[in-house]
Amino acid sequence: MQRPAHCTKIMTLPSLAQRLSLHLQCLEDEAIHILREVAAEFRNPVLLYSVGKDSSVLLHLVRKAFFPSPPPFPFLHIATGWDFRAVLEHRDRMAREYGLELLVHRNEAAARAGVNPFDTETGEYSRLMLTETLRAALDTHGFDAAIGGARRDEEKSRAKERIFSHRSQGHVWDPRRQRPELWRLFNTRLAPGETMRVFPLSNWTELDVWTYIQAEAIPIVPLYLAAERPVIVRDGALIAIDDAERCPHMDETAMLRRVRFRTLGCWPLTGAVESQAGDVAGVIAELRASRTSERQGRLVDAALQASMERKKREGYF
Amino acid sequence: MTPFGQVPAVCETVRPTRGALRFLACGSVDDGKSTLIGRLIADSGGLPEDQAATLQEESRRFGTCNGAVDFALLLDGLEAEREQGITVDVAYRFFATARRAFVVADTPGHQQYTRNMVTGASNAELAILLVDARKGLLEQTRRHAAIVSLLGIRHVVLAVNKIDLVDFDEPCFRAIAAAFTAFAAPLGFASAVAIPLSARHGDNVATRSERMPWHRGPALVEYLEAVDADAGADDHPFRFPVQWVNRPDGDFRGFSGTVASGRVRVGDRLVAAASGRIAEVARIVTFDGDLPVAAAGRSVTLVFRDAIDLGRGDLLADARNRPTVARRLAADLVWMDGAPALPGKRHLLKIGTSVVAATITRIADTLDVDSLRRLSGQALDPNGIARVEIETATPVAFDAYADNCGTGAFILVDEATGATVAAGMAAASLDRATNVHHQPEDVTPAVREGAKGQRATVVWLTGLPGSGKSTVANAVERKLVALGRQTMLLDGDNLRQGLNADLGFDTASRTENVRRVGEVAKLMADAGLIVLVALVSPFRADRARARALLPQGRFLEVFVDTPVEICRLRDPKGLYAKAERGKVANVTGRDQPYERPESPDLVLRTPELDPDQAADLVIAKVLAAPFA
Repeated sequence: MQRPAHCTKIMTLPSLAQRLSLHLQCLEDEAIHILREVAAEFRNPVLLYSVGKDSSVLLHLVRKAFFPSPPPFPFLHIATGWDFRAVLEHRDRMAREYGLELLVHRNEAAARAGVNPFDTETGEYSRLMLTETLRAALDTHGFDAAIGGARRDEEKSRAKERIFSHRSQGHVWDPRRQRPELWRLFNTRLAPGETMRVFPLSNWTELDVWTYIQAEAIPIVPLYLAAERPVIVRDGALIAIDDAERCPHMDETAMLRRVRFRTLGCWPLTGAVESQAGDVAGVIAELRASRTSERQGRLVDAALQASMERKKREGYF
Repeated sequence: MTPFGQVPAVCETVRPTRGALRFLACGSVDDGKSTLIGRLIADSGGLPEDQAATLQEESRRFGTCNGAVDFALLLDGLEAEREQGITVDVAYRFFATARRAFVVADTPGHQQYTRNMVTGASNAELAILLVDARKGLLEQTRRHAAIVSLLGIRHVVLAVNKIDLVDFDEPCFRAIAAAFTAFAAPLGFASAVAIPLSARHGDNVATRSERMPWHRGPALVEYLEAVDADAGADDHPFRFPVQWVNRPDGDFRGFSGTVASGRVRVGDRLVAAASGRIAEVARIVTFDGDLPVAAAGRSVTLVFRDAIDLGRGDLLADARNRPTVARRLAADLVWMDGAPALPGKRHLLKIGTSVVAATITRIADTLDVDSLRRLSGQALDPNGIARVEIETATPVAFDAYADNCGTGAFILVDEATGATVAAGMAAASLDRATNVHHQPEDVTPAVREGAKGQRATVVWLTGLPGSGKSTVANAVERKLVALGRQTMLLDGDNLRQGLNADLGFDTASRTENVRRVGEVAKLMADAGLIVLVALVSPFRADRARARALLPQGRFLEVFVDTPVEICRLRDPKGLYAKAERGKVANVTGRDQPYERPESPDLVLRTPELDPDQAADLVIAKVLAAPFA
């Protein structure tokens, strides 16, 4: 049988993994069911691979869902040019090791026009570098379904998100036109021009993600673990200097702090937290004791109340 | 059923290793449902500091508690809703105690949003019904309890909220609990527990309140931690809808899916319900290694000892305990579309992983959720619930929803808009021949039409008596035969002298007449023939049903459109003349209505066409479709 180009590698049988708690086993089974439903029902699906912890869990679940077949769809990374270097390294390593068909898109025109996270207003920066780039990439390839790692516990307007989230023409999310989701019978029917966003981790919490990463020993970007990093304080957030040559704020005194990240966006816009958690178990311990939500470090979200709903209406992840 | 207020013992025996409890909370607009869920999250320590700060800020701006923290704002997530102060969609919220994780579906109380409640209920194991202690049971409470019961939820908690506003009055609580017991008795819940509480102040939410010493039962969270709502899907016969064919190379061929009920072991003999083919399980494959057995809920890949022809949509089952396979089924529908249900309209029915064309053929009765009585009625309006009869294009495999939610639940999708228009719960097969299982055929319809070198099609000519159906059909058949095609003509009048000799002309007999002719036409098309049907077939729903028997594009509805005055003039069989003299009754176009086709494949205006021209138009249509 002729295999598609991106199926460069058949997975090998791994050793029996650590037993999951019943709770995590149920979440895993549900996510696998959703991923298979996407592969079976859509003409041209894609996985939105941000390389973050949720994407890492998705990648792991995809390997499980289709085993022994390789992932039946490509992985799409929307790069901004301000990505952490460790993120890009991890991305390329995963693609190599697991034989992923990796697509990388970036808004080159906006970058050439001088859009950057320091001078461009944050909401506008996010729209141009992320939302617009994503929409353009989806249109270019004619993807009819895009799998993302969003979870309902992240934010209030996400709490009402469907697992299969219908997008009208132009990738617009209309909260009033979302379809009721009954049992596990997902309505995947699309009219021409319409698309679907699919969120297999809808029912996972941040703690579930971390305990699953620990139980399954899933590789993650090292930035999630605490280490000494040079940081500056900007708008009250700790910003790690990932690329000193491109940082116009070097006059601000950079300090060495032991920090880690709860989410990974563009490095100039992603706040770190001070932490002693050098491994996943440490992260989980801190998370259990933690009193702030993971998006708290994102300057993009702090910009506006209900900003997630606005971004989603425009076609954000 | 456990009597109210007598359940403290259950809380002492907690099993720490349960899966998350998925429950829904429903209540009327001002019962304080969102406040209760917000309180559950906050009291379980699930509210991060930054969200708490946002909540305080928002309580000041939008809150309804005079600036005090308004927990409802935690949940009303969409800007539009917050401004209106109501919840208009299902929100899912997560919290965990040391003993258990919870997923809450917050569903709105407005009557027009029944669809959201049904959506939340479809994935819940338990329901909290909220009432305001000052108001007691409302119409909404009854409605919600009825829907919860219909959706098969077996555990309910009646949360009597705002008990502080009746001064923690025990008789008030007892009266509400008793009224609910009486109402809920026929709903068949396995457990129903009433708890007096104040969501605003936290009494009896996370911990037992000192202000209600008379309540000896558990606080709400204690009860939720302890309740064993496991649906017991493991005791049911094995069911496995094939989701995805897993074929990485020539050596491996597996069938991926999620076990809907029961369990499967290596060596089990399974049947593909629709085809009747049997195969033995060789391996149960997962990424983490092969399993000896897989139980309900597990997503696995099955490999068989023998080659078996299976695809997405097939339902694999225990060969000794098979699901029902039928084309006609009775089902309960919750109607979710903005427009009423239209019998005869073509929908897509998704059950398990199978999607088939389906029509509602009859609305048998509607459920009045206030009285719990079934009323006769022909209309299924938005947010209505009805027992209907459904006919599918090809047989579907299912179990009664009451026996097996996983294989009895379905949705109806509007083919044109893509909207999910109904939640369905299968009740029974309406095929008379029950316990008949399909015998696999080696020669398929595709093989037969291939052998004849033609595309099997049914041409269905409908129109008033005397409109010219038979004349046109005869001309079409003569020409097709001359072109070397293999055909059959089914003429309504001729069939009434044999197959349908027992039928009269009342509405029910006409429907049965059309049903039989439709089935015969389908058989002949399966034989590979081009079938010409000349039949008045006055009712749209009956014609839609005949269409649904055939694959898409294999049924051409031809409307022979002749004004009744001309039919009367032609009157080739003297029918209209006899009717005038009172010798016959029930003549379509005179005493009985004729429902014109809404979107026929072809219209023949016979006053402007001679039979030859009309026949050529039909033949052009028949031969236009490519021979696959």
